[in-house]
Parts: sequence; structure tokens; C-alpha cells
Amino acid sequence: MQIFHRSTNTISRATIYGAVFLVSALLWALLELQRSPYITYAKVVRPQPVPFSHQHHVGGLGIDCRYCHTSVEKSSFAGIPPTKTCMNCHSQIWTGAPLLEPVRESFRTGKSLVWTRVNDLPDFVYFDHSIHVNKGVGCNTCHGPVDQMPLMFNYASLQMEWCLDCHRAPEKNLRPRDQVFNMRYEQPSSDKPVVLDGKVYTDQLSLGSDLVKKYKLRTVTDITSCSTCHR
Amino acid sequence: MEEQNNKQHREEVCPGKKDKLDLQTARAQIAGTKGPEYWRSLEELAGSAEFQEMMHREFPKGASEWLDSVSRRGFLKLMGASLAMAGMTACTKQPLEPIVPYVRQPEAVIPGVPMFYATAFTLGGYASPILVESHLYRPTKIEGNAQHPASLGGTDVFAQASILGMYDPDRSQTIAYLGDVRTWGGFLEALRGPLNAQKAVQGAGIRILTRTVSSPALADQLRSVLKLYPQAKWHVYEPVNRDNVLEGAKMAFGQPVETQYKLENADVIVSLDADFLYAGFPGSTRYIRDFAQRRNPDAGNMNRLYVIESTMSSTGAKSDHRLPLRAVDIEIFARDLQRQWQSKGDVIAVEGPGSQATWALKHEYLEMVSSVAGDLKSHSGSSVIIVGDHQPPAVHALAHAINQTLGNVGKTVFYTDPVDANPVDQFDSLKDLVTDMRAGKVDMLFILGGNPAYDAPADLGFADALKNTNIPMRVHLGLYQDETAELCQWHVNEAHYLESWGDSRAYDGTVSIVQPLIAPLYGGKSAYELTALLAGQAEATGHEVVQGYWKKQHPGADFDAFWRKSLHDGWIDGTTFALKSVSLKSAAFTPSPVNDAKAIEINFRRDPCVYDGCFSNNGWLQELPKPMSKMTWDNPVLIGPAMATRMGLKSEDLVHLELNGKKVTAPIWIQAGHPDNSVTVFLGYGRKRAGRAGTGAGFDMYPLRGSSTPWFTSGVNITKAGGTYKLATTQGYQTMDTPEGSRPQVRSASLDEYRKEPGFAREEQSPAELTLYKPYPYDKELYAWGMAIDLNACVGCNNCMVACQSENNIAVVGKEQVVIGRHMHWLRVDAYYQGDRDNPKAYFQPVPCMQCENAPCEVVCPVGATVHSTEGLNDMVYNRCVGTRYCSNNCPYKVRRFNFLLFQDWETPQLKMMRNPDVTVRSRGVMEKCTYCIQRITQHRIDSERENRTIQDGELQTACQQSCPADAITFGNINDPNSRVSKLKAIPRNYGLLADLNTRPRTTYLAEIRNPNPELES
Repeated sequence: MQIFHRSTNTISRATIYGAVFLVSALLWALLELQRSPYITYAKVVRPQPVPFSHQHHVGGLGIDCRYCHTSVEKSSFAGIPPTKTCMNCHSQIWTGAPLLEPVRESFRTGKSLVWTRVNDLPDFVYFDHSIHVNKGVGCNTCHGPVDQMPLMFNYASLQMEWCLDCHRAPEKNLRPRDQVFNMRYEQPSSDKPVVLDGKVYTDQLSLGSDLVKKYKLRTVTDITSCSTCHR
Repeated sequence: MEEQNNKQHREEVCPGKKDKLDLQTARAQIAGTKGPEYWRSLEELAGSAEFQEMMHREFPKGASEWLDSVSRRGFLKLMGASLAMAGMTACTKQPLEPIVPYVRQPEAVIPGVPMFYATAFTLGGYASPILVESHLYRPTKIEGNAQHPASLGGTDVFAQASILGMYDPDRSQTIAYLGDVRTWGGFLEALRGPLNAQKAVQGAGIRILTRTVSSPALADQLRSVLKLYPQAKWHVYEPVNRDNVLEGAKMAFGQPVETQYKLENADVIVSLDADFLYAGFPGSTRYIRDFAQRRNPDAGNMNRLYVIESTMSSTGAKSDHRLPLRAVDIEIFARDLQRQWQSKGDVIAVEGPGSQATWALKHEYLEMVSSVAGDLKSHSGSSVIIVGDHQPPAVHALAHAINQTLGNVGKTVFYTDPVDANPVDQFDSLKDLVTDMRAGKVDMLFILGGNPAYDAPADLGFADALKNTNIPMRVHLGLYQDETAELCQWHVNEAHYLESWGDSRAYDGTVSIVQPLIAPLYGGKSAYELTALLAGQAEATGHEVVQGYWKKQHPGADFDAFWRKSLHDGWIDGTTFALKSVSLKSAAFTPSPVNDAKAIEINFRRDPCVYDGCFSNNGWLQELPKPMSKMTWDNPVLIGPAMATRMGLKSEDLVHLELNGKKVTAPIWIQAGHPDNSVTVFLGYGRKRAGRAGTGAGFDMYPLRGSSTPWFTSGVNITKAGGTYKLATTQGYQTMDTPEGSRPQVRSASLDEYRKEPGFAREEQSPAELTLYKPYPYDKELYAWGMAIDLNACVGCNNCMVACQSENNIAVVGKEQVVIGRHMHWLRVDAYYQGDRDNPKAYFQPVPCMQCENAPCEVVCPVGATVHSTEGLNDMVYNRCVGTRYCSNNCPYKVRRFNFLLFQDWETPQLKMMRNPDVTVRSRGVMEKCTYCIQRITQHRIDSERENRTIQDGELQTACQQSCPADAITFGNINDPNSRVSKLKAIPRNYGLLADLNTRPRTTYLAEIRNPNPELES
């Protein structure tokens, strides 16, 4: 005796077949979610006590990164400027601007401004600014076009796969040391070649490979060892 | 009732170890079979079933079981819920974090780059010069001050662990009056009236009680208080004091002098019960270095150490010849030794120990006397006799006389003024105070530091006097609201030495300025500030007091430069004591009174971990295995194997100790090498108000201690109390033996044997290609990190363990977890014994991760959480680890430690501040192990690359290496043939642990070479 109608065969096949897609789709969705700005905050502006504009200060006024981020060449931590740095100028200009009241208050009372950290790596990752800057990794390679950001956000996902993209092929991103803090630097092309030690480069890969040698980068196996970043 | 439950719980916790080894059976077993050559515990020596079982297990029985109060069913329910959530954990969203800059950033500060400040840690009046690592003005790690002659870069366990003492959340946080919170202003107010009233009577009612003071500034302040109030008195008391040393010097020279030794000049060292290679002996850090440098068999001028001692100590373990002798008999030994010079004839009379009846070591005694005398005679001017602080004055005087006879003075022995600024007899001083208290002469009592209500000798009844004599104003200044604080109306919370200004003298008299690393966490006050109050300077800060004092000593325009230099260097130039020349009054001294030579002797010693009890609440020290017994969290009564057999006692049996009508019940521990007819107890345990770590740990031995016989006495009555008490010893855990038999992990030879066969320690190594692993060309890399540990230099002081714990944020797990083998130390110091149980030889072996090139742990990890770096390091990736523990199972060295529970404290804010920001804080379910201080390697690599150079040999040191007082640990690049570590590894006595397994360990050992007296060897 037949309990089920013949059509159930088709339905069950479709269900089983469909389930494969459904599960894959779910997994895909989870992975995408995990890489999405919802999780990584990439390109998401965070709330800050003062709406500080890098676009204005860097792009507009041309202040060097190191004026505020003083320890970027010496320490793992680039440094967040003390209130004093802001007041160097703002005790002279925009002295009455209401937007700057928290800064003046901090200077008056001696209580620190509490910013929200923008580029925040997980605590088990030990990143060092000084060595990256020293080996020819430009600020905007990771931080993006900061000079065009009215409000600060992290440009990259800061996930491990993103770190490894570069650690596995550092030549793709290196630039001469004197260009590290140049926000308008462009990778060499036949239109805009880059000159280094008298040699003219028109493509990034040949420049990058030469910089890897010049700056004595450790091998890719070395810099992809776990203990390079985790300890 | 609760105790019973506890006991039962402990039994359940460790069912495998319920039956302690019965010595009778053990003896029978030993007689029947040939035991291992080297052994760690008596169980191992006898090959007991428990030991066999333990060997087969990765962790001791119980370590991997779920034993907490949650039932298995409840646990499964929880697990079900967490499994459902597990899929989501990868999507954890990081919370937004604040970032807080300075308002005005100090010029020298570079966030992310630590700074180091020189200061000094003081214990018993003696300063240990240290450097403190500070991250944004948060002290995190203590190192030795390499430029200071008293440290040379080394530290001791107490200094190393004192950083945890500062962050201790149980510290007293407020000023209190009868337990209620008060302010400093309120205290000043309350003090004013009574202090004014005292002016009229010249301070006749004022008593100040301090611990040993070596600080010139504080001593000066106290003297000015006495000038202001001529009738006031300054009493000094510390339970572990040097009364006998000063008294001995007075006996010999008529004045209290400090004795210093130059061990680098000594060919023969005789220790009469002096544990001079362990923390707490003044100058030990320097002595360890000097001793270890002369233990190098390859340099060719090896010294020889004789130790005659009353309890097994790490100094005894390092000796070439050791004689266990009851403390009371050591004086007789000293007299017999002296007689060897006085006698004219060939036959020299020997007095011998008083307890002849039970004198089993007669032959050894006679041999020892004659060979020590012989060796000393042939090394006149290059030998030294050192006496332990607890030996009676007569022994110290005898040693002075013999050192003088031998012409050692001026060569190996030097005399200076005492470091103690007020060298009075401290027991007498406290006795006088109690008498005055009882006589109602005291109106105001200031107890500046210390805890006399807990640690005063029982017969003085200090606590009782404090409680019941109605002194109108009792003020206690202390780090904790301890037993003494409870009995005082006023308690002022003291600032820790890392929070306050001060000064202090090292063993050679050199003054170090103590500078604060951080503002007082709880607004505490220092003894300087409180004393200033009494001297009439109401608002003087510690800084003003100390700087003001030194300004008087160094007037002139260059004071600022002088002050800055002193702070920077860590000591004040020109303050080292000038050497004194003293002459012997007589060479015959009145013998110390002896009670009953045949009765059982009891020894009171400072504890190797909690000292006199002042470090009771320090979890690092509580969990630090004591050098010889590897005991943690407790102070059992140590007893020799022969005596235990006679009395039918087993380790962990509870006994009653009765002395002068006082009774203490405590468990015993059989300690190989302990003299017969004598027991040793350690002070500092059984605290009632210590804090969460110290309260209730161990047994209070102070009630047995009398002020006239503070260090040893005879006549203690020992009876079995019935029942057992679980002790947490790590001895025998993490064994590297296999069921097939033991392989000697520690290897040793005599100097002669070594000269004949230098490569004795090496075993045949399998050829490098005989492996299934794909070989990696490590020799082509720029760096290949390796370590060499010189067993000959290692004195088992445990300093490396604490340094590692501090550097690498290692958790404290607590007694119950140690019992089941879950302690977390990345580095352990194994103690091995060899030979006779009653007088064994002993060896130390520090065991960090071997960083095997063919690491057995890596291939079994299913998630790739432990992998090799190109520099040959066996990396541990915590965030990948899922806690299968396969790696630990496969590790032949048993160096991997697993977070069975959430051992780290993630809540307490103080402890968060203490942690090294460069090292991950591990959570539950994660395996961890020694990383060769990867954070330091990475930092030095980055620094060197930034400066376009390679890492220089010696600039990069691991935490264990850096503070090792003996310089026993050498770390470096083995690809550089000129590095120190490469050179050490080329020495023939270098060997790898379990090298036959072809793991190719990067950590290797230099075998121990002893320099025995040929006369005694035969």
C-alpha cells in the first residue's frame, strides 16, 4: 500500500537539494555578516566628544601626521595628542567656538578628553606602528584617505585576513620611507613614475620588490609566523 | 565540622594520593629493589604504586575531572546552552573602547615604551636595589639594578613578588578609628591633644615601636622625636632579627659590627647553618653571584662548600659535603673545629654532639671535623666560615675567632658598622615595652609597620598587653588591617614602598633612595610622614623629609645634580660603609646554655616564601614551591625519615606539638636530609587577618616560640593527633620518567670525573635526519633562539619562577587546585635527591619549555594552535586553542599548563593595572607555556630593525635570565657562534634533556660538577 503520494518524491528531492543551498546560504550570510561593517565598524563613524575633522586639519591645513601622533616612529602606539597639542593653536584661533568647549574645559580642569577608539585591534594582537612606518608602509595604506575624512572612521576591516593580505605580499604596498606620511602619494604608474636612488619605477611590483631588499624585510614565512603578532 | 568537611573534600579531590607511603614498606621495597639513582620524592625512591600511576598520567589524578559544586547534570545543562551559543561567538562584536590622552603629556613619556626607575626594596632593614618597569606610570615588573654592587642585576623572590603586594586588593584602604572610616584630618585632630599633654611630661608616655630601621632619614627623624620628648622611647622588634649576630660580634670584638663576605676570594666556604644562598640572608643576591662564579669547573678555580645545617636548605643542596646536625650541636661542631688549631699534640680531642645516644652520624661527624679543618688550614686567607643568623652568639664569636686565626679577615671577611640604625636586642626591646605597658607607663603607642600582635613571642604576651592595658592611644601604621590593627584604636593605612619616598641601606651600607613609582593607591601615609607628625612637622611629605635629610648631608649648590644622580643610579655615592678593623677580645667564649641534649629539638625558621608572615597575602609567594619540599600554601612540620619511622609517622599525619604548656596541631612532612631527633617549623602561617590568600593558610607556630629561645629549643613533645591533612606539594608532579624506568634528567660528576671524561653528560643523539618531520633550515635564519642553563650555578632560589609569573601574567590557582596539579607556573625548579635518605645529595633543575625543534606537541594539535616560528620558537596561539590538551599529553617535559578554570582575575581593577600589557591574559580552556619571553624578543627585534642593526648578544634577556642572581640562565642566538649561549652549548658538559627522543630541544643544560674533598670521598 502506498502511504505517500508520488509527488512527495519530488518534494523530498527538492527539499534535500534545496537544503544544501539553504545551509550554504546561511553560512554565507553569517560569514558576510562577520565581515560586514556591523561587526568590523569599517567606515562607520564613531561618536566623539569633539567632531574633529582630519579633512580640515590634514587636507586643508596640511598638518603632518606626526604633529599629533608623536610616537608613531618610536613606539608601538602612535599616540593620541594631549589637550595641550590642541590648545597650541586653539588658544589663539577659534578661542570662543562652542564646538571646542570640551577641549578648553579639559585644559582648564586638567581632566582628559575621553575619545572613542577608532582603530581598535583585538587584545591578543600586538601591532607596532614604528616598525611598519620604518619599513615603508604608508599611513594611508591602512588608515585610508584620512585627509578626506571629515569625521574619523576605520578604513579597513582590521581582520586577520586583511593583515595577512599584506604580510603575504608586502611588495604590493611598500613605498619609499620619505613618502610614508604623504597623504597624496600614488603608487608608481607610467604616468606618475616614482624615482628611488636614481632609478625610475613605473610599476608597484618592481618598486616593492626592490624596497623589500632595501629595507631588509624579513621573509614572508618570518612575518607570517604566529608570534609576529600574537604573544 | 567545617574542617572535617574540608578534609573530606580534599580527600575526594585527590583520591589517588589518599594513602601516603608507609615508610616501613618503603624501606622494605628499597631494600629489595634498586631504586632510581636520582629521585624527587620518597614515593619515587620506593617505587610506590601511587608514583607508578602518576607517571602514566598526563596530569595527576583529578586534574581533568569536574569536581566543583556544579553537578554533572547541571554542567550538561549549561553546556547545552553554551553549545547553542557557540556558533555565535565568532561574530562577537567588539565593544567601543575609550581612549584617554594626557592633558599635558610629560616630556619623557612615550606611550607604549616602558620606563625604568631605580629604587630599593627593604626587608629586615636591608635594601635590595631594584629597577621597576613602569608603563605610563603603572609599575608592572621588578628587575635587579645591574649597576649596583649588591644586586648586579639579580633580585630575590621577596623583592620580585613585592609588586603584587602593592596591588593587593586586600590592603588597608582607609584610616580607621575603632573600625570606622576616618580622615587624615580627623587623625591629626585626635592626635593634637594627647601629644600636647605629653609635652608637659617630656613625652614620658610615648612609645614608638618600629621594625628594623636602616633608613638614615627615618632614624634621624626618630632621634629628633626623642630630642623633643626626652622621656619617650623607641623600641625595635621584628620576629626575624639579627640579635644573635650582633651579640656574637659584641662577644668577639666588644662592639656590634656587621660582617660582610667576599666569596669571590674564597676557595673553601664553611656554612654553619647559614642559608646564605637564599633570600632573606643579608647580601644573598650578591653572594649567590660570587659563589656561582666560582663554581665554574671550566675556569679551573672551583670553590668547595661545606654545609653543616639543622634543616635541609638550598644552600645545603649546593654543598660538596653536607652534614645534618641538630641546631644545638652546631656550636659543639664549631668548638671542635676551633680545637683543631689549639691542640698541640697529634690526637685532638673531639667533644661531639651532646645527643650521643641518638648520634647516628658519628663517623661522618668526625670525618667532617677533620677534613673541614684540614681544608681550612691549607686555605688560610682564602677560606671563610659563615654562621646562620639563628645560631647563638657563641657560634658567631667562634666563627669570628676562626676566621681571624685563618687570616681571612681583610681577604674574604670584612667588618663594618651595623646596617641597623638602632642595633638593640630586639627581643629585650619588646620585653621592655610590654613591661612598661603593663606598668601603665604608656599613654601613646605608635606601631610603625609590623604586626607584633601576631608575631611576638608567646611568653611576652604582647597581644594581651595591647588589648587589656587600656593604653589611651594606640596607633598602628600598616599595609593591612591585621591582627595588630584590630587591637589598636587608630589604624593608618600605610603607603607601600612603591608608593612612597624613603631611603634604606644595602648590606654593604650603601644608601638607596626609595622613590615612588605611583601615587598612593589609597592615599596611604609612610612611616616618614607619621614620624614627621610626632616631630612637630604636621604637613611634611615623605619627599620633603627624605630630601631635607639629604640636603643636610650634602649641602651646597650642586645638591640638585647630586639628588638627580642618586635617584637615577639607585644609590648615593660615598655612603658605602668604610671597612673597620676590629680585634678579638678573646678566643674562648662562654658556651650557650643547653636544656636537655637528648630531647627532641624544635627549630623555628623564617619561611622561604612568606618570610615572617608579612607576605602571607601574596599569592605568588604562597603558591611558590619551597626550595626543598616543593610545598605550597602550607607550613608542615619537617621531620627526618629516620625519626618518622621510629615514631610511626607518615607525611600528612597530624601531630600535636607541645612545648612549655603551649600546643599546636599541624601535619608533618618527611624531609629527606633533616637531622634526626629534631623538627623544623616555619613561621608566618596561620594568620587570622591576612586577607583572601593568607588567612587560614597553614599553622601558626608563634605560640610555641619563646623570647629566650626564639630559634631552637629542645623538649618539644610530639604526639600523633590522628587524622591527616592534605598538603599541596608539587614535588613529584610533572615527572619526566617513563614506565620503562627513569632516565637521569639531572646529571652530575665530580671535578675529577669531569676532567677525565668531559662529555659524560651527553648521550647519543639520533641523527638529525632520522625524523618524520620535514626539517626546516633554522641555521639559515638570522636568529635561532636557544637557552643554556648552568646547573652548577643554579642555587634553587626560585627567583626565576616569580620573575616569570610577573612578566607573563601567570595566574595563581589556590591550594586545592595545586593539590590536583593545576598550578600554572611556566617555569618550575625541580629538586632531585640522590643517595641516602638521611643525608642525600640534592640538585636543582629549572625547567622552562624546551622549544624543541621537533616539537611533539605541534603535530598532535588538531587546530594548529601551537606551531613553529622560523626562529625556532614553539609558538602558542591562545586564540586558536580549543583546549584538547593533546599537546600537553604529548609533551615529554610536561611544561605545558592548562587553564582548567578561569584562574585569572578579570574583575579586580588593581590586578588589571598590575599586568604586563605586552602579554595576553589567558582565559579558561586555553593551554599556555613558556614562550622564551616572545614579547621581549619581538620588542628587541623591532628596535634593532628600526635602528638598522642586528640584536646584539646580551641585550635581549628573558625575564628568568634577567633577574637570576646566579647568572645561571643564558639566552641568545645560537646561529651566532660568538654568542655567549653558543659558547656555553659547545662546552662538553652541555646536554639536552631526553635528547634521545630526538626532540632537538633548544634549551640545554650544563651538567652539575661537584668539587668534593678527596679525603671525604673515599
